[in-house]
Amino acid sequence: MTEQTTVTDDPARLDQDTLLRVENVSMDFPIRSRGLFSRTTGHVHAVNDVSLEIRSGEVLGLVGESGCGKTTLGRCIVGTNAPTGGSILYRKDTGDVVDLAAMSKKDRSAYQSEIRVVFQDPFTSLNPRMTILQIVGDPLKNFASLGRSEIEDRVAHMLQRVGLSPTHMHRYPHAFSGGERQRVNIARALVAEPRLVIADEAVSALDVSVRAQILNLLRDLQDEFNLTYLFISHDLSVVENICDRVAVMYLGKIVEIAETDDLYSAPRHPYTEALLAAVPKADPRLRGTGRRVRLSDEFPDPSNPPSGCFFHTRCSYADDDRCAHERPLLRTVAGVQQAACHYADELDLAGVGTEAGQVEP
Amino acid sequence: MQASIPPPVRDVPESAADTAGPGGAAATTYTAKQSTLVWRAFKKHRLAMAGVAVTIAFYVVALFAEFLAPYSASRFDAESTFAPPQLPQIVDISDDGWDWGLHVNGYTSSMDQETYAQTYEIDESTKIPLRFFAKGESYEFWGLFETNIHLIGPADPDQPMYLLGTDGNGRDLLSRIIHATRVSMSIGLVGVTMTFVLGVVLGGISGYVGGKTDLVIQRLVEFFMSIPTLPLWLGLAAALPDQWGPLRRYFAITVILAIIGWTSLARETRGKFMSLREEEFVTSAHLDGNSQPRVIFRHILPSFTSHLIASLSLSIPAMILAETALSFLGMGLQAPVVSWGVLLQDAQDIRTVATAAWLLLPGLAVVAAVLALNFVGDGLRDAADPYKR
Amino acid sequence: MPQPDVLLEVKGLKTHFFLDEGVVRAVDGVNLTLPRGKTVCVVGESGCGKSMTARSVLGLIEPPGKVVDGNIWWSPSVDRAPAAMTGNGAPIDLAALDRRSERLRQIRGKDIAMIFQEPMASLSPMYTVGDQLTETIRLHLPMNKREARDHGVSLLRRVGIPRPEQRMDAYPWQLSGGMCQRVMIAIALSCGPSLLIADEPTTALDVTTQARIIDLLAQLQADTGMSMMFITHDLGVVAEIADEVIVMYLGTVVEQGSVDQIFHNPKHPYTRALLASIPTMGRGARKRLPTIRGQVPPPLNRPPGCPYHPRCDLAVAGLCDTADPPTVEFSDGHRTRCVLHDPQTLREHEERMVRTAQEDT
Repeated sequence: MTEQTTVTDDPARLDQDTLLRVENVSMDFPIRSRGLFSRTTGHVHAVNDVSLEIRSGEVLGLVGESGCGKTTLGRCIVGTNAPTGGSILYRKDTGDVVDLAAMSKKDRSAYQSEIRVVFQDPFTSLNPRMTILQIVGDPLKNFASLGRSEIEDRVAHMLQRVGLSPTHMHRYPHAFSGGERQRVNIARALVAEPRLVIADEAVSALDVSVRAQILNLLRDLQDEFNLTYLFISHDLSVVENICDRVAVMYLGKIVEIAETDDLYSAPRHPYTEALLAAVPKADPRLRGTGRRVRLSDEFPDPSNPPSGCFFHTRCSYADDDRCAHERPLLRTVAGVQQAACHYADELDLAGVGTEAGQVEP
Repeated sequence: MQASIPPPVRDVPESAADTAGPGGAAATTYTAKQSTLVWRAFKKHRLAMAGVAVTIAFYVVALFAEFLAPYSASRFDAESTFAPPQLPQIVDISDDGWDWGLHVNGYTSSMDQETYAQTYEIDESTKIPLRFFAKGESYEFWGLFETNIHLIGPADPDQPMYLLGTDGNGRDLLSRIIHATRVSMSIGLVGVTMTFVLGVVLGGISGYVGGKTDLVIQRLVEFFMSIPTLPLWLGLAAALPDQWGPLRRYFAITVILAIIGWTSLARETRGKFMSLREEEFVTSAHLDGNSQPRVIFRHILPSFTSHLIASLSLSIPAMILAETALSFLGMGLQAPVVSWGVLLQDAQDIRTVATAAWLLLPGLAVVAAVLALNFVGDGLRDAADPYKR
Repeated sequence: MPQPDVLLEVKGLKTHFFLDEGVVRAVDGVNLTLPRGKTVCVVGESGCGKSMTARSVLGLIEPPGKVVDGNIWWSPSVDRAPAAMTGNGAPIDLAALDRRSERLRQIRGKDIAMIFQEPMASLSPMYTVGDQLTETIRLHLPMNKREARDHGVSLLRRVGIPRPEQRMDAYPWQLSGGMCQRVMIAIALSCGPSLLIADEPTTALDVTTQARIIDLLAQLQADTGMSMMFITHDLGVVAEIADEVIVMYLGTVVEQGSVDQIFHNPKHPYTRALLASIPTMGRGARKRLPTIRGQVPPPLNRPPGCPYHPRCDLAVAGLCDTADPPTVEFSDGHRTRCVLHDPQTLREHEERMVRTAQEDT
């Protein structure tokens, strides 16, 4: 399948302000028996029939425990994993809509410069044998086929933008600290002028003081370059700080999606409540206050998910009847919030107190 | 509380490099290539540096063998078979004076009438003066020009000078060891080059492509690894046609050695490829729009060349030992080609060794070369990853 | 001599690493006290020497590192002393013991136990959980195999591992990260230590798991009355668990105080800036974070004077960059190492400045 499968004839599938829509995307990894005649013995449903919209110019957070499929979903969008099902609709800057999932690898590469990634680990994501100029200039060379001096100019400009001195462009990564390397990673992602940036745990490996710098930098660059971010993280406090909307994933499925403030103040899914409750509050005077929701360590086997609601095995509100047998769908609750819970309307779940004076030291 | 915290001045960090104290030195480190860093780490490895010196010395000897050796490898002197080593001396005090001048003492030989065995005594009274850049047999230097200058030799070419003694045919052992250095040291290099090509290509394919290809190549590696090496060598060497000349035989032997040697390198390459394929910087390289070959040759391969070089330098001594063993058993190189193994063939007989122990000296050369190369390899392996510490 | 209610007192501890490139002063004159039966959190960014301080206490510094100066006074309580074979309760200087000595080995693992960041890496994959647990028990306690196993099962139950009898025969790789950390805690507790050192025990875990491990550690600490030295970079965790807090920067303790003092009345500019730069949940979406300018200097390149002065907005020129700051103790036991709280030094400096100004004119 090639460009012919673009859905330009049906732009209605995508709202005007939607940059990318993930539609019923699934990603299964086969579990193979070892040996010469390997057989597939099962599948891990890393991403399980997920639909999600990323609007132009927003920061969408994607949170969940490790193994929930958030990184795999990001990889499907960026193209390092080919989803086993579903479509990824992307609005080009001309306004046309294309399905990235249905494209051949070759056609897909045309969009590589528009959707870029910032990885988590600033130490393994830079090739130690290349200078900063080579690393940051590589996308320019490959995507824009620019000449040497032009690449150098653009790299210098980009380094300046991320807060590094252009005079350091001939240095090797080992000359830089973790925070600076992450700045290099950001420069590398942004130098080819992308439209969507997927930040996969981009600040998780950084020190507290550097993390704040990088978060502010990401925000400044978003305004300057008119970017859209998909911000994947397990750290809910960071997510609140940078995201406009947040999607919560559990066992390959989206269980809740809402505006950040709504989600944090009034979660509609018990899993979101548990995640929020687990984040340590940075105020000793709040110790012991609020509802104590604790999840058991027993994470279900993703190749053999529980029946009914995937979360019912760890949910303190689950009943034996409906939750154990009927799979809840993601539905709109209380106006704009979406949650996949049978009792989303009835449950009174605890969020994070936003009343003035309660948290601010 | 909050109020006392001043607003952030700016988010931009001063680079670690800017604030670095020992400015000049640090700055050069920051722009240093990996090879520079490896070399810096390597230099601190004393034993390895000694190994480098010895190895270089061996290869210099190999290059200038004709000039350094007093005689050619085949010159024989029927008069002096099994002649013992002579000790070069600088001063002669036999006639109550200090008579300066480099010399060796001559031999007096006698024949046992019953056994016909020839015995030699060093004759302190005869003095054979030695000369540097002495004229001797003529030879063609690297095929460029003909000359008869040797580094050292007797002033009178007809007089005997056997610093390390002679063998049963009256051939000078020192000259033969020097000539053998060329063959023995080069067979390691040539063999390793073949090993390198086979190992990296097959291991690289195995590791990068994976799947069924990987399976087949790995089984092949295991097959070769499971064959006892010595019988295989012997079998292959025995299969070489007798009428093959020395040069063809030489290459055949290197191929045989490489066939065994590539397996471990292939495994190592495969392992590296497999782990690097999953590295984030390789994924990033793909996402930066690099083509597959570019990712392999520009991003993956360079990041473990230092490891490859280290393991290669460790396999040279193995090659040298293998050649020595083959030749010692008479299945490797054969006269008139001289290698250390060929020379050691003369020392197979315990009685010969008892009468002419100096015939074991080529073994010393083997030990020295192998040790030196091992030290170099060890040092390289330790220095190969300058970022991990 | 340490106070009677102090379990461990570290005085002027210096641990240096002698590298080819120079000397890294990983721990550079650390003074701290661990009160009996309390939880003390050591916080700081990477490279501040918090782990190295803990390792120095345990005598785990390997060459090229060396404890070059200072005392580590260890005062086991009198009732424990006979069992601990540590004399009649008189303080022992751990820094003076040979790091391979039998005595230190006895103290380590029995009286002082440690758990690490990577539970998987600290457990051997070759042996079952039971093997590793009973080995430690039998090394320090006079028990036969049967008793040790029973003791082990009860420990696993105590750290909240379900079906402990079966889990005794499990291999570490069959358990989740959270479970492994529980096993590590069980091993650490097996001999009833009076001090548990936890080096970033929850950093590698998911938020939900982290919350439960922290609950567990707090519970165990309250039950056994042991002291706990909890090393972390996460101020949220500190607020949840600490009684006292020690803030470290570049190998020195910049502030020590009760958790309430640190969070609600921080004295050192670094502590203040650190607290401000953490994203606190409930502040609302997309709030810009205050940051600390610059970054932690490279280890070989410590600034002279107060190590924090290049990043400090309140640094006094001519004073902070030359002289080591004094340790100022407030009446409530709160201590900080900053010249701003030492009016006398400030006054002297001002007078000196005025004098030089007058001399110049």
